[in-house]
This record gives sequence, structure tokens and C-alpha cells, in this order.
Amino acid sequence: MTVLPLSRARWAAADTAILTRRTLAHWARRPGEVLFGLLFPVLLLLMFGYLFGGAMALPDGADYREFLLPGMVAMTMLFGVETTYTAVAVDTARGVTDRFRSLPMSRAAVVSGRAVADLLHSAVALAVVLGCGVLIGWQPHRGPLAALAAVALLLLLRFAMIWLGVYLALLLRRPETVAALQILVWPLGFASNAFVAPATMPGWLAAVAAWNPLSATVAATRDLFGNPGWGAGSWPAEHAVALAVAWPLLLVAVFLPLSVRRWQRLGR
Amino acid sequence: MRRDGPAIEAEGLHKRYGDQVALDGVDLAVPAGTVCAVLGVNGAGKSTLVRILTTLLRADSGVARVAGFDVRRRADRARAHLGLVGQHAAVDEILGGRQNLVLFGRLHRLSPARAAARADDLLDRFDLTAAAHRPVAGWSGGMRRRLDLAAALIVDPPVLFLDEPTTGLDPRARSDVWDAVRALVGAGTTVLLTTQYLEEADRLADGVRVLHHGRVTAAGTPEELKSTLGGDRIDVVLHHPDDLAAAAAAVTAATGAAPTVDRAALRLSVPVTDRVAALAAVLRAVEVAGLRAGDVAVRRPTLDEVFLHLTDSRTEVPA
Repeated sequence: MTVLPLSRARWAAADTAILTRRTLAHWARRPGEVLFGLLFPVLLLLMFGYLFGGAMALPDGADYREFLLPGMVAMTMLFGVETTYTAVAVDTARGVTDRFRSLPMSRAAVVSGRAVADLLHSAVALAVVLGCGVLIGWQPHRGPLAALAAVALLLLLRFAMIWLGVYLALLLRRPETVAALQILVWPLGFASNAFVAPATMPGWLAAVAAWNPLSATVAATRDLFGNPGWGAGSWPAEHAVALAVAWPLLLVAVFLPLSVRRWQRLGR
Repeated sequence: MRRDGPAIEAEGLHKRYGDQVALDGVDLAVPAGTVCAVLGVNGAGKSTLVRILTTLLRADSGVARVAGFDVRRRADRARAHLGLVGQHAAVDEILGGRQNLVLFGRLHRLSPARAAARADDLLDRFDLTAAAHRPVAGWSGGMRRRLDLAAALIVDPPVLFLDEPTTGLDPRARSDVWDAVRALVGAGTTVLLTTQYLEEADRLADGVRVLHHGRVTAAGTPEELKSTLGGDRIDVVLHHPDDLAAAAAAVTAATGAAPTVDRAALRLSVPVTDRVAALAAVLRAVEVAGLRAGDVAVRRPTLDEVFLHLTDSRTEVPA
């Protein structure tokens, strides 16, 4: 048996790379699934942009599609929780997670491999949606640095969704349950500032929408891309960038330790 | 692997899930190079035992060692010396068979070249080369099980755990798995397998442990276990169902033990100690009672009878 002489941290990095490549191999095996996953947000973008866009009145007559794109990419990040959930739940239900746990491999790599692959997937999805956005007239107006910062905030939200997905998958352990998750993320996505102004909603819903973590990322992204928004007026809207950093970090701070505890409970 | 001492050891393993006792003080010592079969019905605690021994589950109390390494304190060392084939084929269904083996080889810290070479060896050995590149999702149950077994053998572990390795397999696939286990043991591997099939234990195992309600209720070689049922049995097969009651009375009078009655087969079966004297007494009693027997025979008990006997007598003990 050849054991490569690596330290613990380098083992974790090596195992992370191995498991990331495993997911890349999944994509190569099922390109149709990947393609559909990438085209779904594009489909939504076109539907909202051209079906509803005409009916939307924005402040100062701003272009709805310019306005729509940050909301759509942020929602794509939110929906990423389903990808993470499914992958972890399938491995756990099929015994693959137990196989990993019976191997002399890095424990951390099981999740970090997942995280790297999911972030890669989402980065590609972002590129596709932003590219399609350009084709329908969207563009960033505040230069490449601000645009990169917006992308970083979007991926930070996706990173938080990884831990939510891992936690839920280890809790429920049933791949089929993703159907329920798919239904539940829609109200979470729509009770936000992504598509309409919270001010047009009933009071309680407007408060939910204003404080929705998704709204923070959307508002901050609009700001950094220099796209039109609903304007400030509420505390969360005025501190969008700070909240777009704080919300995901808070979610990670809650669901990372919960995930670790769930992982340990697999052995109890 | 550390020498001296058994390949698998357990002392006083206890495990409960809430109110439910899964293991209630299990001791085990499996000598290196032998096959130990853990026999039990569903819920007897077999999988819990395997999960503890393979570091997947932590026992509430007790100690276990695999290849001399404590499964809790030296889990990583123990993991490097064991292979596990769980109840479900724990393989990646989207990937091909070869990709699976390379993946697990890499996670065993083999170099890419070694992992690839090892994957090809194992595919060849388990007759999976033709399907090597097809996604496992489309494979048959028997092929998946062989791939699962191959994945457990990537680093030639000295100790192999098989949790119900043939459950749900057709007879052909089952005998393939048996052949593979025999070949491994021939090469020096220690095997612990759980099974609900007595035939499997009888055919493969050097030692059998009967697990019932989380306790080892019997231990020994298959032959020893069979002799715990009072040695031999006499079967009396009748021609008419009407004769069953009278024959049972005659057999009870002749042997001093009540026979079990199989109405469908018109067969009485009774354990005996002195086979020749008992046979003569049974024949005489049947004749005196004026019954016509189709067959009267002395035979060794089957493991099924041993198993039923042990588990039935156990269920009478209050939990």
C-alpha cells in the first residue's frame, strides 16, 4: 500500500480536490442535467423580463431588465440550496457517506469537496445568467472592481446556502424531500425585493421582504452593478452591502456548527 | 497489522438508541484468517455491531479492536486495516465502475497511477471489466455487490466486514460472493459477515455467533451448534394426516420428547441422544400403534433448527 507522506492539512486539501473532481465527473456523465440547471434561471430571466417586464413601472422610468438581473442571479444562488441538499442526501441515503466515514480520509474534505464543487457550479451559472443579461441589454455601470465585488457577495450567499443544504440533508437524509424544499424556496425568493418593491406589499410582508437575506444581497448587487433599485427609505435598504455580508456570515455561523453536530451524530 | 491476538476483538459492547437496546454486552474474538458469521434475524443488532467495529458508530460502553487498533481511540489506524461492505451497495451510481474504484483508491491515499492499476486489477478479478465504463445506475444487483466488494478490497485490508452481503441476490450472484469470500480467506483475510441465512453461515464460517436481542446467545463452530440440539434427530414421515396425532403420541412415549410436527410434509421430527436405541424404539412404537410410516430416518439437525431453538428459548426470557 502506497501512502503518500502528507500532513493533515495537505491531506484535507488533496481529498477536497479528489471529491471536487468526483462532482466534475458527475457533470461530464450527466451534461443534460447540468445544462438544464444552467438554463432554468435564463428561462426565468426571459419570462420575467419579457412577460411581466412591460407591466412593471419603475421609479424614473428605469429599464426593468436592468433592474431584474441582480434579483435573478441572487435567486439562482438561493436555489443552489437544492443542489447541495440533493447531493448530500443522496450520498447519505445510499451509504456513500458511510463509505467515506470508513476510509482513512479527511473528515473535513467530505464537506469542503462539496463546497468547492457547488461554488464552481454557481460561478458558472452566474457567468451564464450575466452573459444572457448582457444579450438582453443589462450591463454593470460601476467598473470591473465593483462588479467583482457584486459577484463575491452573490457567491457568499451561495456559500451560506451550502451549509443550510448540508444541515438539512444530514437532518432529513431523504433525497425525495428536495421536492418540498423546491416549493419552500419560492416564497422565500419572492418575499423579497427581487421582482417588486416591498412598498407595494401589505405591511407585515413588506417587513419580511425588507429583512429577507436575499433582499440584502439583491440591493447590494444592484448598488455595485450600478443598476436601478427601489431606492432606500428603510434601514435594511440603506445598509444593503453591510447586510449582504452579515446575513450570509450569520447563516454560516448558525448552520456550520449545526452541520458538524449532525455529522457527528451519524456516529451515535 | 499488529500481530498476536485476534484480528477482531470486542469486550462488553453496549449500545442503545433511546429506549431500545441494540447491543447488550457483546464479546467477540475472531482469530486471524478465519470467517466468523454473525447470525440473527432483523433487529438482532447485527448491523449495529458491524457499524461499531468499522468505526461508523460509537458504542455506549465496551472496547473493540480491529487488527489490534482500538476502533475509537485509533480509528484512523483501524480504518486503514479494514474493508466494509454494507447492506446497500455504497457506490456512486452516476459514475462508472472504474471511476468508483479509482475514487476510493485515491481516498485511500494511493497515487493516481496505483489507484488506476488497482481498479483495473479488481475489475478483472470480479469480472466487471466489460461494464467498467458504464454508469453503475444501470448495473444489476449482483454486479453492484461485486463492485461494492471490490471497493472494500482496494488496499487488501487484513480484516473485512460484510453486512448481509448476499441479501437480495439471486442464487448465482450469491454463490459468486461466496466464492470471492473463500478466495479472500484462502489468501489470509479475516472476515466477519452477518447473515440471516443459516446456509451461508454453514458454508462459509469457521465460527458462528448467534445474535439475539443484542446478546450472543450461542457461539461455536457450525458442527458444535448443531450438536447443542441434543445431537441427532429422527424424522418420521407418514402417509395420512389422520395418523399424525397418534404417531406423535407414540413417538413421545418412545423417546420421552414431544416431536415437532410439519403438517404439510406429514413429518414428525424429534431430537434424540442415543440414535440406535431411539430408532429401534420409534420403529417399535409406530408398529405397535398400527401406523404406516413412509419413511423413518436419523439425521443431523439443520442450522435452521438450531437457530429456531436458540431464538425461541431466548424469547421466553423476560427482556
